[in-house]
Amino acid sequence: MNDSKSLRSRIAKTVRDIPRSGIRDFFEIVSSREGVISLGIGEPDFVTPWHIREAASQALDRGVTSYTSNMGLLSLRRGISNYIEKKTGVHYNPEDEVLITVGVSEGLDLAIRALIEPGDEVLYHEPSYVSYNPLIELAYGVAVAVETKKENGFRVTRAELEEKVTPKTKVLLLNYPNNPTGAILSKQDIEEIAAFAIERDLIVFTDEIYDELTYDREHFSIISVPGMKERAIYLHGFSKAWAMTGFRMGFTCAPPELTEAMMKIHQYSMLCAPVLSQEASIQALKHADEDIAHMKAEYKKRRNYIHSSLEEMGIPCIRPEGAFYAFADISKFGMTAKDFSLKLLDEQNVACVPGTAFGACGEGFIRCSYATSLDEIKEAMKRIAQFIKTL
Amino acid sequence: MNELLNLLKQNALETPENLAKLLGLTVDEVKQKIGDYEKEGVIRAYQAVVNEEKLDSSVVTTVIEVKITPESDGGFDRIADRISRFPEVDSVFLMSGGFDLLLFIKGRTIHESFSFVSEKLATMPGVISTGTHFMMKTYKQNGIVMHTGEDDERLKVSP
Repeated sequence: MNDSKSLRSRIAKTVRDIPRSGIRDFFEIVSSREGVISLGIGEPDFVTPWHIREAASQALDRGVTSYTSNMGLLSLRRGISNYIEKKTGVHYNPEDEVLITVGVSEGLDLAIRALIEPGDEVLYHEPSYVSYNPLIELAYGVAVAVETKKENGFRVTRAELEEKVTPKTKVLLLNYPNNPTGAILSKQDIEEIAAFAIERDLIVFTDEIYDELTYDREHFSIISVPGMKERAIYLHGFSKAWAMTGFRMGFTCAPPELTEAMMKIHQYSMLCAPVLSQEASIQALKHADEDIAHMKAEYKKRRNYIHSSLEEMGIPCIRPEGAFYAFADISKFGMTAKDFSLKLLDEQNVACVPGTAFGACGEGFIRCSYATSLDEIKEAMKRIAQFIKTL
Repeated sequence: MNELLNLLKQNALETPENLAKLLGLTVDEVKQKIGDYEKEGVIRAYQAVVNEEKLDSSVVTTVIEVKITPESDGGFDRIADRISRFPEVDSVFLMSGGFDLLLFIKGRTIHESFSFVSEKLATMPGVISTGTHFMMKTYKQNGIVMHTGEDDERLKVSP
């Protein structure tokens, strides 16, 4: 009875049916090699700014090691409320509309589990972050991918959404600035999508974790559109712009009814986010504008470099306007994204993530992260240029 | 500070082609700007930041605080300029606080640095007193951390 086949059969069907992340498979191959230059990393190469680390360590010295309220420290929620209001003009009451989560990952899981009943459809655009589809399926929802196209700069359009919406559609999940494509939406794009959501009476989950990281124009949030706050769950966190991935700090902003529903799941499954991370985040909101500006300026130079290098060697790539990824079109080499990535790794020791890790429509693309030092990016670009000469 | 100068301060060997890519300028624009900076004296030189401790022929760096009498017509400038002209003198700064000039001196031996202080500096008209410190170790210089080989502890591939 204890053989592995019998154990496997006892695993919940939903979990069995979910494929392992393509990222995970690729990670294992890359990890087995020495001296790889990796453009496959989805987190900042900067260390968390020192004053934020200092705040965490001072909190530890003060003996701040207890649970917090389920919702999170009120002073942090107040800080978040001010921060979001300043950015978007939308006020969320820190008492009952802001919930501190363990990364945006938990926030998204809570939002999905709080709203989705078996068979409810969730529209999301692909290529997308790797968690969206599995999290929806784990909640017995139906994940409906809307393909975005390179020709449109990977911006999801109202027409594309109209094609896939059905009476069963309950939620629209957005992620701009986008991982893995680096696309952002204009105010007009957003307004059209908002009008669609209102007409179809959809709840919108908007994952705006990369909103600080745009390089040519400011990000415009869908919650700023009148009538959207009432139907949106805004997901954000400290990982990217503040370079705090390991602190695992996220938050949700949503109307009290939705926040209360998410809080119920959160209180039983997580209890609360780690208190030291919450203390660090209070500091992050107070004094990190210059740090963010500095990191953003660095990413922008790298974005410019990686984009023009790819174009120069004849690999088409939309100019990424946000996040820190370039989504390069390698379809003309007549190989699958996975084969291209494996061969590139094998011959030049450069790791890029095959686009298919982000959904089937990522075929023909590779994701190159520029959250890595300029020297590494330069070397990687040299090697990719050499590599494609041999194809 | 201007982005182009920042990049050159980080790496003076950066090619105009790369600088153009990084800044979204044309190569000609970059060359033109660098030429202007050189002509205007904004860029004074291009130098390597050397980790002396890696070399056998180690250099002794001496830091000297100098009190001087300002001159009625030239203030501190004339004497500071005169001190700057000694080849042993690496850097000279005018400071606020308990002394006036801060000097960085490079010598092959402690004795060499000492004889510079006792024979050339302390005897100079206008110099009231000197305080000499020997530098023990360099951890960071010109924004460059001296030890190398920092590990990137991030996962090699992540979503």
